[in-house]
Amino acid sequence: MVHWTAEEKQLITSVWGKVNVEECGAEALARLLIVYPWTQRFFDNFGNLSSPTAIVGNPKVRAHGKKVLTSFGDAIKNLDNLKATYAKLSELHCDKLHVDPENFRLLGDILIIVLAAHFGKDFTPACQATWQKLVGVVAHALARKYH
Amino acid sequence: MVLTANDKANVKAIFCKIGPHADEYGAEALDRLFTAFPTTKTYFPHFDLCKGSAQVKAHGKKVAAALVEAVNHIDDIAGALSKLSDLHAQKLRVDPVNFKLLGHCFLVVVAAHNPAALTPEVHASLDKFLCAVGNVLTAKYR
Repeated sequence: MVHWTAEEKQLITSVWGKVNVEECGAEALARLLIVYPWTQRFFDNFGNLSSPTAIVGNPKVRAHGKKVLTSFGDAIKNLDNLKATYAKLSELHCDKLHVDPENFRLLGDILIIVLAAHFGKDFTPACQATWQKLVGVVAHALARKYH
Repeated sequence: MVLTANDKANVKAIFCKIGPHADEYGAEALDRLFTAFPTTKTYFPHFDLCKGSAQVKAHGKKVAAALVEAVNHIDDIAGALSKLSDLHAQKLRVDPVNFKLLGHCFLVVVAAHNPAALTPEVHASLDKFLCAVGNVLTAKYR
């Protein structure tokens, strides 16, 4: 089980409290699809992903980004029980969605860059370290049920 | 992975913006690297890694200078960083995974200081450039 210090929990919740989940989620997913274009393979039914502008303006990207980041919020509410929280989602990503867990790591790193852009120097090295741990743990939980 | 003309233009532009702050960015990237990815500290047992360390600042300057050199010779990064590539292969032998980590931290620094300039397109180009630099530095490993 992952151990979180009081300081880490504070750094997570204080950042999360200021995040606009819809905007941040949309931005993170758009950047994933733009910076790592091979990730578009999972979104054939999303319509126009032909350029960065198209991707950023794509309503399905926005909606899905919001969905993904909302789920991230569930992790934050259940920091001490991530495995159980993500068990079903893990099965889904393996059995139905067939997503290589490497993509969770890529999205996690993109999220961190989006947070850095948003919070500037308030996203201190200590803050980044805590969030790197969080995205790593979320990626791990999502990959746990793979077989 | 190939740097397009667009990528090169984006990278040159963002480095122009970074300008005289490159040294600080290098130091901050290292600070973030050591804080967020403690395994990277194993390559610096001879360094004082405390906050504000003069050694980290100096090393950050070296890292930044190498990146700037690569930008200035972006059509031939392998040529520009050939000696550094030899050094990493023969002497330093830093595991390749760490170049990705440092590249990521450098992106975080750029994002924190220049959020408006790091558009998704520029982000993509800069990420590709940093990958290219990492590839050059590990190219002679085996």
